[in-house]
Amino acid sequence: MKEINRTNNPYNDDKMINACSLFGVMDTSGRRFPGEGVIRAIANMHVRGNGLGGGFAIYGLYPKYADLYAFHIMYLSREGQRKTEAFLKDKFDLVYDEEIPTRPTPRIVKPPLIWRYFLEIGQHKPAEQSADDYVVDRVMEVNTKLEDAFVFSSGKDMGVFKGVGYPEDVADYFCLEHYEGYLWTAHGRFPTNTPGWWGGAHPFCILDWTVVHNGEISSYGINQRYLEQFGYYCTMQTDTEVVAYAIDLLMRKHGLPIEIVARILAPPFWTDIERRPLEEQKLLRTLRQVYSSLLLNGPFTVIIAHHGEMIGLTDRIRLRPLTAGIKGDMLYLSSEESAIRLICPDLDRAWIPMGGEPIVGRLGRPLQPKEMVAAREGIPDVN
Amino acid sequence: MKGQANSSVKIDASGIFYQELNARLRDAVKKGAHRIELYNVYGQRYIGTDLNTPVEIEIFGTPGNDLGAFMDGPRIIVRGNAQDGCGNTMNEGEIVIHGHAGDIIGLSARGGKIFVRDDVGYRAGIHMKEYDEKKPVLVIGGTAQDFLGEYMAGGILILLGLNLNEGQHHKVNFIGTGMHGGVIYLRGSVESYQLGKEVGVAGLEEKDYQILQKFVGEFASHFGYDTKKILEHKVIKLFPRWLRPYGRLYAY
Repeated sequence: MKEINRTNNPYNDDKMINACSLFGVMDTSGRRFPGEGVIRAIANMHVRGNGLGGGFAIYGLYPKYADLYAFHIMYLSREGQRKTEAFLKDKFDLVYDEEIPTRPTPRIVKPPLIWRYFLEIGQHKPAEQSADDYVVDRVMEVNTKLEDAFVFSSGKDMGVFKGVGYPEDVADYFCLEHYEGYLWTAHGRFPTNTPGWWGGAHPFCILDWTVVHNGEISSYGINQRYLEQFGYYCTMQTDTEVVAYAIDLLMRKHGLPIEIVARILAPPFWTDIERRPLEEQKLLRTLRQVYSSLLLNGPFTVIIAHHGEMIGLTDRIRLRPLTAGIKGDMLYLSSEESAIRLICPDLDRAWIPMGGEPIVGRLGRPLQPKEMVAAREGIPDVN
Repeated sequence: MKGQANSSVKIDASGIFYQELNARLRDAVKKGAHRIELYNVYGQRYIGTDLNTPVEIEIFGTPGNDLGAFMDGPRIIVRGNAQDGCGNTMNEGEIVIHGHAGDIIGLSARGGKIFVRDDVGYRAGIHMKEYDEKKPVLVIGGTAQDFLGEYMAGGILILLGLNLNEGQHHKVNFIGTGMHGGVIYLRGSVESYQLGKEVGVAGLEEKDYQILQKFVGEFASHFGYDTKKILEHKVIKLFPRWLRPYGRLYAY
């Protein structure tokens, strides 16, 4: 385990008790747009966080290098950077790298170094391993073996910007007004049980999968031990990390659609399952048995994203809030409706999804808003 | 409510932090405002808290969490949807929402009335309470998500299901779980498994009809419905089977 006590935390324990803020917006037609609205929306929920973490994930971010793995890496020392860059040059073809441009602001205190690298795998990986698996293994290697280096994001044509501060200050620090994407997620943090450090800010990312989270994953220990069997090592000292790895395992490696994955992370109660048609009972029982260690216990709302998809999901008794809104091709997900209305006052529809029901926006597919309560019917069509 | 010509105040809430907005409301009421219109409201919290006169506040936009928390007398009209925690521990007054509301509406309310035109989220009416004449009323025009009336200790909760089609059921589960006081009137059908273990079902008596006439009547006048038509449908009454459902939980 690496030493993370040298990270900065400018705040003391004299904090307002509140909750995290989540925001996500996707243009399902694929049009890229700047982050001005997202930043205003997450800033509108300022009081939900306490300045101990803010972050953004942007998709469609690096069209110039769209086919290369884009790594955003945080360094706590120059030595860490030197060793990590030697490692990257050994394991990849390094096409381009630079320090991520930042703007000094008094509200971001003692920032670490943050660099980005555009990497090609070339001849480096063993023939029998997939490119994505190769990248996951290298990310785990950096995170667990190299001192003072943490990979913030590792997908293609996307990236995570995060740090200690309020989200609007983090956006200012990283000059996010210069970037465009077709899908943005954002997070304002109120850490409950874990340190407020740069690596612990959301979104959490592996490959192009990102997660922002409001709540507490009390099943963290079970989830983390299960994921270790598949080569995922949790190093960010906070519960949300397991969701990113669970999603990568279930959706990328096991090829399951989100409608099934939602039944694994937030399964219906046994009493609920007993009332379903027999075929569905069989499916739901099987999922609960096979993936019992990936059930997420405790309160949560998450916004999950990867290329082509943005997903909102809450725990099955909705102990954390989520509102969805639709305007034309745009899907909005937010902890509070007011943040959506601020940047899109004339929504076609705004509704509050049922607990455990995934709300999914897909690239190139028209949005189909469900009635707020019409969610208790079986497994939706998977197509 | 229409007092002197100068008793009406308009406030543009754009970019105003909730503490300042509520300070302005207190100030306006202190100076004798009988009616306040709030425009461009985007998520400011606790609107109406700490006010104890029957001032009318009309909100255009989306008020933030804990709308009318601890409120003691004002009348709030929302032209839009409300978020979570609306009417938190309110003591007196009225909130009329021309839209839907989020989770835990009316939580721990001790008095006053809340009318919601459309649906409500989880745990509506959780731990509402009553004492003598103080009896909160929550009327919901649409349907509700799970744990409606959870741990309810008093007051009147009316769920109308006006947006359910013929033959459709309410989908709300765990209705009245832990309920130990008050009454829920439910229009539209539910299966018995949807009810919490602490809830009994009864038909309506004369005094129930009087209660429904009064509060459904008020609901109908707020939102332009026909009371008679609403009450043509069957309504059931849910009541707590025990005053202390968990009294023996830790006793052995």
